[in-house]
Amino acid sequence: MDALIDSIPRFVDGFEMTLLLAVVSGALSLVLGVVLAALRVAPLRSLRVVATVYVETVRNTPLTLVFIFYVFVLPTLGFVLPLGRVPAIIALTTYTSAFVCEAVRSGINSVSTGQAEAARAIGLGTVATLRLVVLPQALRSVVPPLINVLIALTKNTSVAAGFAVIELTSTGRSLARDNPSDVLLLLGGIAVCYLIITIPAGLAAGAVERRVVFSR
Amino acid sequence: MDATNPSTSGTTDARRALVRLVDVNKHFGDLHVLNDINLTVTQGEVVVVVGPSGSGKSTLCRVINRLETIDSGLIEVDGTPLPEEGKALAQLRADVGMVFQSFNLFAHKTVLQNVTLGPTKVKKMRSAEARELAMTLLERVGVDSQANKMPAQLSGGQQQRVAIARALAMHPKVMLFDEPTSALDPEMITEVLDVMVGLATDGMTMIVVTHEMGFARKAADRVVFMADGKILEESQPEQFFTAPTSARAQDFLSKILFH
Repeated sequence: MDALIDSIPRFVDGFEMTLLLAVVSGALSLVLGVVLAALRVAPLRSLRVVATVYVETVRNTPLTLVFIFYVFVLPTLGFVLPLGRVPAIIALTTYTSAFVCEAVRSGINSVSTGQAEAARAIGLGTVATLRLVVLPQALRSVVPPLINVLIALTKNTSVAAGFAVIELTSTGRSLARDNPSDVLLLLGGIAVCYLIITIPAGLAAGAVERRVVFSR
Repeated sequence: MDATNPSTSGTTDARRALVRLVDVNKHFGDLHVLNDINLTVTQGEVVVVVGPSGSGKSTLCRVINRLETIDSGLIEVDGTPLPEEGKALAQLRADVGMVFQSFNLFAHKTVLQNVTLGPTKVKKMRSAEARELAMTLLERVGVDSQANKMPAQLSGGQQQRVAIARALAMHPKVMLFDEPTSALDPEMITEVLDVMVGLATDGMTMIVVTHEMGFARKAADRVVFMADGKILEESQPEQFFTAPTSARAQDFLSKILFH
Protein backbone atom coordinates (compact mmCIF):
# COMPACT_ATOMS: atom_id res chain seq x y z
CA MET A 1 0.00 0.00 0.00
CA ASP A 2 2.89 2.33 0.82
CA ALA A 3 4.26 1.71 -2.65
CA LEU A 4 0.96 2.85 -4.12
CA ILE A 5 0.80 6.03 -2.02
CA ASP A 6 4.45 6.85 -2.64
CA SER A 7 3.87 6.46 -6.36
CA ILE A 8 1.00 8.92 -6.59
CA PRO A 9 3.08 11.69 -8.22
CA ARG A 10 4.19 9.25 -10.94
CA PHE A 11 0.62 8.08 -11.39
CA VAL A 12 -0.44 11.68 -11.88
CA ASP A 13 2.27 12.28 -14.47
CA GLY A 14 1.34 9.15 -16.38
CA PHE A 15 -2.35 9.96 -16.14
CA GLU A 16 -1.77 13.45 -17.50
CA MET A 17 0.16 12.10 -20.47
CA THR A 18 -2.49 9.49 -21.25
CA LEU A 19 -5.20 12.12 -20.96
CA LEU A 20 -3.23 14.46 -23.22
CA LEU A 21 -2.76 11.75 -25.87
CA ALA A 22 -6.42 10.77 -25.71
CA VAL A 23 -7.83 14.30 -25.81
CA VAL A 24 -5.53 15.74 -28.48
CA SER A 25 -5.63 12.66 -30.72
CA GLY A 26 -9.37 12.39 -30.12
CA ALA A 27 -10.03 15.97 -31.17
CA LEU A 28 -7.80 15.69 -34.26
CA SER A 29 -9.35 12.33 -35.18
CA LEU A 30 -12.85 13.76 -34.99
CA VAL A 31 -11.95 16.56 -37.39
CA LEU A 32 -10.00 14.35 -39.79
CA GLY A 33 -12.59 11.58 -39.56
CA VAL A 34 -15.48 13.88 -40.48
CA VAL A 35 -13.49 15.25 -43.43
CA LEU A 36 -12.72 11.68 -44.56
CA ALA A 37 -16.39 10.72 -44.23
CA ALA A 38 -17.36 13.74 -46.35
CA LEU A 39 -14.82 12.64 -48.97
CA ARG A 40 -16.23 9.12 -48.94
CA VAL A 41 -19.64 10.40 -49.97
CA ALA A 42 -18.31 13.12 -52.32
CA PRO A 43 -19.75 13.35 -55.84
CA LEU A 44 -16.24 13.09 -57.31
CA ARG A 45 -15.07 9.52 -57.71
CA SER A 46 -11.39 10.37 -57.24
CA LEU A 47 -12.06 11.85 -53.80
CA ARG A 48 -14.04 8.78 -52.80
CA VAL A 49 -11.21 6.50 -53.91
CA VAL A 50 -8.55 8.41 -51.98
CA ALA A 51 -10.58 8.37 -48.76
CA THR A 52 -11.54 4.73 -49.15
CA VAL A 53 -7.97 3.60 -49.73
CA TYR A 54 -6.80 5.56 -46.69
CA VAL A 55 -9.52 4.20 -44.42
CA GLU A 56 -9.23 0.59 -45.52
CA THR A 57 -5.43 0.63 -45.28
CA VAL A 58 -5.24 2.20 -41.86
CA ARG A 59 -8.22 0.41 -40.36
CA ASN A 60 -6.78 -2.98 -41.22
CA THR A 61 -3.25 -2.28 -40.00
CA PRO A 62 -2.26 -3.02 -36.38
CA LEU A 63 -1.76 0.18 -34.41
CA THR A 64 1.76 -0.89 -33.44
CA LEU A 65 2.72 -0.96 -37.11
CA VAL A 66 1.37 2.57 -37.54
CA PHE A 67 3.58 3.65 -34.62
CA ILE A 68 6.58 1.87 -36.12
CA PHE A 69 5.94 3.65 -39.39
CA TYR A 70 6.07 7.12 -37.82
CA VAL A 71 8.84 6.40 -35.32
CA PHE A 72 11.23 4.22 -37.36
CA VAL A 73 10.26 4.22 -41.06
CA LEU A 74 9.49 7.87 -41.66
CA PRO A 75 12.92 9.05 -40.36
CA THR A 76 14.67 6.76 -42.87
CA LEU A 77 12.70 8.57 -45.60
CA GLY A 78 14.02 11.88 -44.30
CA PHE A 79 11.10 12.97 -42.12
CA VAL A 80 12.45 13.09 -38.59
CA LEU A 81 9.89 13.70 -35.87
CA PRO A 82 10.92 14.52 -32.29
CA LEU A 83 10.65 11.31 -30.28
CA GLY A 84 7.85 11.12 -27.72
CA ARG A 85 4.37 12.53 -27.78
CA VAL A 86 4.35 14.07 -31.29
CA PRO A 87 4.68 10.85 -33.30
CA ALA A 88 2.37 9.17 -30.77
CA ILE A 89 -0.36 11.75 -31.37
CA ILE A 90 0.13 11.52 -35.14
CA ALA A 91 -0.02 7.71 -35.09
CA LEU A 92 -3.09 7.62 -32.85
CA THR A 93 -4.82 10.26 -35.01
CA THR A 94 -4.00 8.42 -38.23
CA TYR A 95 -5.42 5.22 -36.82
CA THR A 96 -8.46 6.56 -34.97
CA SER A 97 -9.61 8.89 -37.76
CA ALA A 98 -10.30 5.86 -39.96
CA PHE A 99 -12.70 4.50 -37.33
CA VAL A 100 -14.28 7.92 -36.79
CA CYS A 101 -14.78 8.11 -40.56
CA GLU A 102 -16.60 4.80 -40.66
CA ALA A 103 -18.81 5.71 -37.69
CA VAL A 104 -19.72 9.07 -39.26
CA ARG A 105 -20.25 7.50 -42.67
CA SER A 106 -22.70 5.00 -41.24
CA GLY A 107 -24.48 7.97 -39.66
CA ILE A 108 -24.58 9.77 -43.01
CA ASN A 109 -26.05 6.66 -44.59
CA SER A 110 -28.72 6.55 -41.89
CA VAL A 111 -30.03 9.94 -43.07
CA SER A 112 -32.53 9.35 -45.86
CA THR A 113 -31.37 10.39 -49.33
CA GLY A 114 -34.47 12.56 -49.59
CA GLN A 115 -32.95 14.96 -47.05
CA ALA A 116 -29.90 15.56 -49.24
CA GLU A 117 -32.05 15.79 -52.37
CA ALA A 118 -34.29 18.39 -50.76
CA ALA A 119 -31.22 20.38 -49.72
CA ARG A 120 -29.75 20.25 -53.21
CA ALA A 121 -33.14 21.13 -54.69
CA ILE A 122 -33.20 24.48 -52.88
CA GLY A 123 -29.75 25.27 -54.25
CA LEU A 124 -27.38 24.21 -51.50
CA GLY A 125 -24.02 22.93 -52.77
CA THR A 126 -22.46 19.64 -51.76
CA VAL A 127 -20.58 21.04 -48.77
CA ALA A 128 -23.50 23.12 -47.50
CA THR A 129 -25.83 20.13 -47.92
CA LEU A 130 -23.52 18.02 -45.74
CA ARG A 131 -22.85 20.75 -43.20
CA LEU A 132 -26.36 22.14 -42.76
CA VAL A 133 -28.62 19.16 -43.38
CA VAL A 134 -26.96 15.75 -43.46
CA LEU A 135 -24.22 15.93 -40.79
CA PRO A 136 -26.35 17.52 -38.04
CA GLN A 137 -28.78 14.63 -38.43
CA ALA A 138 -26.04 12.04 -38.90
CA LEU A 139 -24.08 13.10 -35.81
CA ARG A 140 -27.06 12.43 -33.58
CA SER A 141 -27.13 8.77 -34.50
CA VAL A 142 -23.35 8.67 -34.49
CA VAL A 143 -22.73 9.70 -30.88
CA PRO A 144 -22.83 6.18 -29.36
CA PRO A 145 -20.46 4.55 -31.89
CA LEU A 146 -18.17 7.60 -31.73
CA ILE A 147 -17.86 7.30 -27.96
CA ASN A 148 -16.92 3.65 -28.46
CA VAL A 149 -14.19 4.78 -30.84
CA LEU A 150 -12.91 7.34 -28.31
CA ILE A 151 -12.92 4.78 -25.48
CA ALA A 152 -10.92 2.45 -27.71
CA LEU A 153 -8.56 5.35 -28.43
CA THR A 154 -8.04 5.95 -24.71
CA LYS A 155 -6.97 2.34 -24.27
CA ASN A 156 -4.92 2.42 -27.49
CA THR A 157 -2.77 5.22 -26.05
CA SER A 158 -1.04 2.43 -24.11
CA VAL A 159 0.74 1.39 -27.33
CA ALA A 160 2.73 4.61 -26.98
CA ALA A 161 4.38 3.00 -23.93
CA GLY A 162 6.50 1.00 -26.37
CA PHE A 163 7.67 4.15 -28.15
CA ALA A 164 9.37 6.26 -25.50
CA VAL A 165 6.26 7.95 -24.12
CA ILE A 166 5.87 7.91 -20.35
CA GLU A 167 2.12 7.46 -19.99
CA LEU A 168 0.05 5.27 -17.67
CA THR A 169 1.05 1.86 -18.99
CA SER A 170 4.75 2.60 -19.13
CA THR A 171 4.49 4.16 -15.66
CA GLY A 172 2.83 1.00 -14.44
CA ARG A 173 5.51 -1.14 -15.98
CA SER A 174 8.36 0.70 -14.31
CA LEU A 175 6.55 0.91 -10.98
CA ALA A 176 6.01 -2.83 -11.08
CA ARG A 177 9.68 -3.34 -11.81
CA ASP A 178 10.67 -1.12 -8.86
CA ASN A 179 8.16 -2.68 -6.44
CA PRO A 180 7.87 -6.36 -7.38
CA SER A 181 5.90 -7.23 -4.23
CA ASP A 182 3.06 -4.80 -5.04
CA VAL A 183 2.59 -5.57 -8.73
CA LEU A 184 -1.10 -6.44 -8.49
CA LEU A 185 -1.94 -3.32 -6.51
CA LEU A 186 0.04 -1.01 -8.77
CA LEU A 187 -1.36 -2.38 -11.99
CA GLY A 188 -4.84 -2.26 -10.44
CA GLY A 189 -4.21 1.43 -9.79
CA ILE A 190 -3.22 1.91 -13.41
CA ALA A 191 -6.41 0.20 -14.57
CA VAL A 192 -8.47 2.49 -12.31
CA CYS A 193 -6.77 5.50 -13.91
CA TYR A 194 -8.00 4.36 -17.35
CA LEU A 195 -11.49 3.90 -15.94
CA ILE A 196 -11.39 7.47 -14.64
CA ILE A 197 -11.24 8.56 -18.28
CA THR A 198 -13.44 5.98 -19.98
CA ILE A 199 -16.37 5.68 -17.57
CA PRO A 200 -17.22 9.41 -17.60
CA ALA A 201 -16.92 9.27 -21.41
CA GLY A 202 -19.55 6.54 -21.49
CA LEU A 203 -21.80 8.49 -19.11
CA ALA A 204 -21.36 11.65 -21.17
CA ALA A 205 -22.34 9.67 -24.26
CA GLY A 206 -25.59 8.62 -22.62
CA ALA A 207 -26.34 12.20 -21.58
CA VAL A 208 -25.59 13.60 -25.04
CA GLU A 209 -27.68 10.88 -26.65
CA ARG A 210 -30.68 11.74 -24.48
CA ARG A 211 -30.34 15.44 -25.17
CA VAL A 212 -30.04 15.33 -28.95
CA VAL A 213 -32.60 12.63 -29.60
CA PHE A 214 -35.40 13.84 -31.87
CA SER A 215 -38.16 12.24 -33.82
CA ARG A 216 -37.81 11.82 -37.54
CA MET B 1 -34.90 31.81 -75.87
CA ASP B 2 -37.95 33.82 -76.84
CA ALA B 3 -38.85 31.84 -79.93
CA THR B 4 -41.57 29.27 -79.71
CA ASN B 5 -40.57 25.77 -80.49
CA PRO B 6 -42.65 24.79 -83.50
CA SER B 7 -42.27 21.11 -82.75
CA THR B 8 -44.24 21.47 -79.54
CA SER B 9 -47.79 20.41 -79.85
CA GLY B 10 -50.13 21.96 -77.36
CA THR B 11 -51.96 25.02 -76.55
CA THR B 12 -49.60 27.77 -75.54
CA ASP B 13 -48.95 30.91 -77.47
CA ALA B 14 -45.59 32.40 -78.28
CA ARG B 15 -44.09 32.72 -74.84
CA ARG B 16 -40.70 32.08 -73.32
CA ALA B 17 -39.68 28.42 -73.17
CA LEU B 18 -38.71 27.90 -69.52
CA VAL B 19 -37.94 24.20 -69.67
CA ARG B 20 -36.88 22.42 -72.81
CA LEU B 21 -35.95 18.75 -73.17
CA VAL B 22 -34.52 17.66 -76.53
CA ASP B 23 -33.97 14.00 -77.40
CA VAL B 24 -33.37 13.07 -73.78
CA ASN B 25 -32.42 9.46 -73.09
CA LYS B 26 -31.72 7.72 -69.83
CA HIS B 27 -31.24 4.09 -68.80
CA PHE B 28 -31.38 2.43 -65.42
CA GLY B 29 -29.34 -0.63 -66.29
CA ASP B 30 -31.34 -2.39 -68.99
CA LEU B 31 -34.41 -0.27 -68.44
CA HIS B 32 -34.79 2.52 -71.00
CA VAL B 33 -36.53 4.85 -68.60
CA LEU B 34 -36.50 7.96 -70.79
CA ASN B 35 -36.71 7.25 -74.51
CA ASP B 36 -36.16 10.23 -76.84
CA ILE B 37 -38.11 12.67 -74.70
CA ASN B 38 -38.93 16.02 -76.29
CA LEU B 39 -40.87 18.48 -74.19
CA THR B 40 -41.10 22.25 -73.98
CA VAL B 41 -42.83 24.07 -71.16
CA THR B 42 -43.41 27.77 -71.57
CA GLN B 43 -43.74 30.43 -68.93
CA GLY B 44 -46.94 30.22 -66.92
CA GLU B 45 -47.86 26.86 -68.31
CA VAL B 46 -49.08 24.01 -66.11
CA VAL B 47 -48.12 20.64 -67.53
CA VAL B 48 -49.45 17.52 -65.87
CA VAL B 49 -47.58 14.29 -66.53
CA VAL B 50 -49.60 11.11 -66.13
CA GLY B 51 -48.98 7.48 -66.89
CA PRO B 52 -48.74 4.04 -65.36
CA SER B 53 -46.12 3.47 -62.66
CA GLY B 54 -42.69 2.73 -64.07
CA SER B 55 -43.44 4.85 -67.12
CA GLY B 56 -40.56 7.23 -66.37
CA LYS B 57 -42.64 10.22 -65.34
CA SER B 58 -40.92 10.67 -61.97
CA THR B 59 -37.54 10.40 -63.64
CA LEU B 60 -38.63 13.01 -66.18
CA CYS B 61 -39.34 15.33 -63.27
CA ARG B 62 -36.04 14.59 -61.53
CA VAL B 63 -33.76 15.07 -64.52
CA ILE B 64 -34.96 18.66 -64.92
CA ASN B 65 -33.00 19.79 -61.86
CA ARG B 66 -30.42 17.08 -62.33
CA LEU B 67 -31.27 14.98 -59.30
CA GLU B 68 -30.86 12.30 -61.96
CA THR B 69 -28.32 12.61 -64.76
CA ILE B 70 -29.18 11.83 -68.35
CA ASP B 71 -27.30 9.65 -70.83
CA SER B 72 -27.83 11.83 -73.89
CA GLY B 73 -29.83 14.79 -75.08
CA LEU B 74 -30.23 18.37 -73.96
CA ILE B 75 -32.08 19.96 -71.08
CA GLU B 76 -32.41 23.73 -70.85
CA VAL B 77 -33.91 25.78 -68.06
CA ASP B 78 -34.75 29.33 -69.10
CA GLY B 79 -32.42 29.06 -72.08
CA THR B 80 -29.42 27.74 -70.13
CA PRO B 81 -28.29 24.14 -70.60
CA LEU B 82 -28.09 22.24 -67.32
CA PRO B 83 -24.61 22.71 -65.85
CA GLU B 84 -22.49 19.84 -64.58
CA GLU B 85 -21.95 19.52 -60.82
CA GLY B 86 -20.78 22.60 -58.99
CA LYS B 87 -21.80 26.16 -58.22
CA ALA B 88 -23.63 26.73 -61.50
CA LEU B 89 -25.79 23.68 -60.91
CA ALA B 90 -26.64 24.79 -57.37
CA GLN B 91 -27.56 28.18 -58.82
CA LEU B 92 -29.89 26.57 -61.32
CA ARG B 93 -31.51 24.38 -58.70
CA ALA B 94 -32.26 27.48 -56.67
CA ASP B 95 -34.40 28.65 -59.61
CA VAL B 96 -36.25 25.35 -59.91
CA GLY B 97 -38.55 24.51 -57.02
CA MET B 98 -39.13 20.86 -56.24
CA VAL B 99 -41.81 19.15 -54.17
CA PHE B 100 -41.26 15.48 -53.37
CA GLN B 101 -43.66 12.63 -52.81
CA SER B 102 -42.22 12.03 -49.33
CA PHE B 103 -42.10 15.77 -48.40
CA ASN B 104 -38.44 15.55 -47.30
CA LEU B 105 -38.69 18.37 -44.79
CA PHE B 106 -35.43 18.80 -42.89
CA ALA B 107 -36.16 16.66 -39.85
CA HIS B 108 -33.84 18.54 -37.47
CA LYS B 109 -35.23 22.00 -38.23
CA THR B 110 -38.51 23.69 -37.32
CA VAL B 111 -41.11 24.43 -39.95
CA LEU B 112 -39.98 28.05 -40.06
CA GLN B 113 -36.30 27.10 -40.34
CA ASN B 114 -37.16 24.72 -43.16
CA VAL B 115 -38.47 27.65 -45.17
CA THR B 116 -35.77 30.17 -44.22
CA LEU B 117 -32.78 27.88 -44.82
CA GLY B 118 -32.69 28.41 -48.59
CA PRO B 119 -33.15 32.19 -48.59
CA THR B 120 -30.55 32.74 -45.84
CA LYS B 121 -27.91 30.24 -46.94
CA VAL B 122 -28.28 30.34 -50.73
CA LYS B 123 -29.53 33.87 -51.35
CA LYS B 124 -27.77 35.37 -48.30
CA MET B 125 -30.97 37.09 -47.23
CA ARG B 126 -30.94 38.68 -43.76
CA SER B 127 -32.64 36.41 -41.24
CA ALA B 128 -35.34 38.91 -40.24
CA GLU B 129 -36.28 39.39 -43.87
CA ALA B 130 -36.23 35.63 -44.51
CA ARG B 131 -38.44 35.05 -41.50
CA GLU B 132 -40.96 37.58 -42.77
CA LEU B 133 -40.96 35.98 -46.21
CA ALA B 134 -41.35 32.53 -44.67
CA MET B 135 -44.28 33.59 -42.50
CA THR B 136 -46.02 35.14 -45.52
CA LEU B 137 -45.59 31.91 -47.47
CA LEU B 138 -46.62 29.69 -44.56
CA GLU B 139 -49.73 31.82 -44.21
CA ARG B 140 -50.40 31.45 -47.92
CA VAL B 141 -50.33 27.65 -47.62
CA GLY B 142 -52.23 27.77 -44.33
CA VAL B 143 -49.70 26.41 -41.84
CA ASP B 144 -48.42 29.63 -40.26
CA SER B 145 -49.77 28.52 -36.88
CA GLN B 146 -47.35 25.55 -36.94
CA ALA B 147 -44.23 27.61 -37.67
CA ASN B 148 -42.30 26.63 -34.56
CA LYS B 149 -43.10 22.92 -34.58
CA MET B 150 -40.87 20.17 -35.85
CA PRO B 151 -41.92 18.52 -39.14
CA ALA B 152 -42.69 15.20 -37.42
CA GLN B 153 -45.37 16.93 -35.34
CA LEU B 154 -47.36 17.88 -38.46
CA SER B 155 -49.79 15.85 -40.54
CA GLY B 156 -48.70 14.72 -43.99
CA GLY B 157 -50.83 17.34 -45.69
CA GLN B 158 -49.36 20.08 -43.51
CA GLN B 159 -45.82 18.83 -44.16
CA GLN B 160 -46.37 18.86 -47.89
CA ARG B 161 -47.72 22.41 -47.75
CA VAL B 162 -44.63 23.45 -45.79
CA ALA B 163 -42.55 21.80 -48.51
CA ILE B 164 -44.34 23.91 -51.11
CA ALA B 165 -43.65 27.04 -49.06
CA ARG B 166 -40.01 26.03 -48.75
CA ALA B 167 -39.73 25.74 -52.53
CA LEU B 168 -41.59 29.03 -53.10
CA ALA B 169 -39.23 30.87 -50.75
CA MET B 170 -36.54 30.67 -53.43
CA HIS B 171 -38.82 32.49 -55.90
CA PRO B 172 -38.41 29.70 -58.45
CA LYS B 173 -39.04 30.20 -62.14
CA VAL B 174 -40.62 26.80 -62.39
CA MET B 175 -41.95 24.31 -59.86
CA LEU B 176 -41.62 20.54 -60.19
CA PHE B 177 -44.07 18.34 -58.32
CA ASP B 178 -43.12 14.66 -58.11
CA GLU B 179 -46.31 12.88 -57.07
CA PRO B 180 -46.99 15.40 -54.30
CA THR B 181 -50.14 13.73 -53.00
CA SER B 182 -49.30 10.03 -53.44
CA ALA B 183 -48.12 9.60 -49.85
CA LEU B 184 -51.09 11.38 -48.33
CA ASP B 185 -54.26 10.12 -46.70
CA PRO B 186 -57.29 10.89 -48.90
CA GLU B 187 -58.67 13.65 -46.70
CA MET B 188 -55.37 15.54 -46.89
CA ILE B 189 -55.02 15.42 -50.63
CA THR B 190 -57.48 18.24 -51.20
CA GLU B 191 -55.67 20.72 -48.97
CA VAL B 192 -52.47 20.22 -50.95
CA LEU B 193 -54.19 20.29 -54.32
CA ASP B 194 -55.98 23.50 -53.37
CA VAL B 195 -52.63 25.16 -52.74
CA MET B 196 -51.36 23.89 -56.10
CA VAL B 197 -54.45 25.14 -57.95
CA GLY B 198 -53.88 28.49 -56.29
CA LEU B 199 -50.30 28.55 -57.58
CA ALA B 200 -51.44 27.63 -61.07
CA THR B 201 -54.02 30.40 -61.02
CA ASP B 202 -51.35 32.87 -59.97
CA GLY B 203 -49.37 32.04 -63.09
CA MET B 204 -46.65 29.76 -61.71
CA THR B 205 -44.99 27.54 -64.30
CA MET B 206 -45.54 24.00 -63.09
CA ILE B 207 -44.66 20.47 -64.10
CA VAL B 208 -46.77 18.09 -62.07
CA VAL B 209 -46.43 14.32 -61.97
CA THR B 210 -49.63 13.07 -60.41
CA HIS B 211 -52.42 10.55 -60.38
CA GLU B 212 -54.97 13.22 -59.48
CA MET B 213 -57.00 13.51 -62.64
CA GLY B 214 -59.27 16.05 -60.99
CA PHE B 215 -56.29 18.37 -60.64
CA ALA B 216 -55.29 17.78 -64.25
CA ARG B 217 -58.80 18.71 -65.41
CA LYS B 218 -58.99 21.77 -63.21
CA ALA B 219 -55.53 23.29 -63.53
CA ALA B 220 -53.58 21.78 -66.41
CA ASP B 221 -52.93 23.60 -69.68
CA ARG B 222 -51.59 20.42 -71.14
CA VAL B 223 -51.53 16.75 -70.22
CA VAL B 224 -48.53 14.63 -71.12
CA PHE B 225 -49.12 10.90 -71.14
CA MET B 226 -46.06 8.67 -70.68
CA ALA B 227 -45.65 4.92 -70.90
CA ASP B 228 -42.50 2.79 -71.11
CA GLY B 229 -40.24 5.82 -71.11
CA LYS B 230 -41.92 7.53 -74.06
CA ILE B 231 -44.27 10.44 -74.38
CA LEU B 232 -47.21 8.89 -76.19
CA GLU B 233 -49.63 11.75 -76.09
CA GLU B 234 -49.70 15.47 -75.45
CA SER B 235 -52.98 17.29 -75.48
CA GLN B 236 -55.37 19.60 -73.71
CA PRO B 237 -56.93 17.99 -70.64
CA GLU B 238 -60.46 17.92 -72.03
CA GLN B 239 -59.29 16.26 -75.22
CA PHE B 240 -57.08 13.81 -73.35
CA PHE B 241 -59.78 12.69 -70.96
CA THR B 242 -62.61 12.50 -73.46
CA ALA B 243 -60.85 11.36 -76.62
CA PRO B 244 -57.39 9.90 -76.01
CA THR B 245 -55.79 8.85 -79.28
CA SER B 246 -53.35 6.12 -78.23
CA ALA B 247 -54.52 2.70 -77.13
CA ARG B 248 -52.22 2.82 -74.10
CA ALA B 249 -53.83 6.04 -72.91
CA GLN B 250 -57.34 4.67 -73.46
CA ASP B 251 -56.42 1.60 -71.45
CA PHE B 252 -54.81 3.69 -68.69
CA LEU B 253 -57.79 6.01 -68.42
CA SER B 254 -60.28 3.17 -68.34
CA LYS B 255 -58.42 1.76 -65.35
CA ILE B 256 -58.07 4.91 -63.30
CA LEU B 257 -61.25 6.80 -64.07
CA PHE B 258 -63.63 4.00 -63.18
CA HIS B 259 -61.91 2.18 -60.36
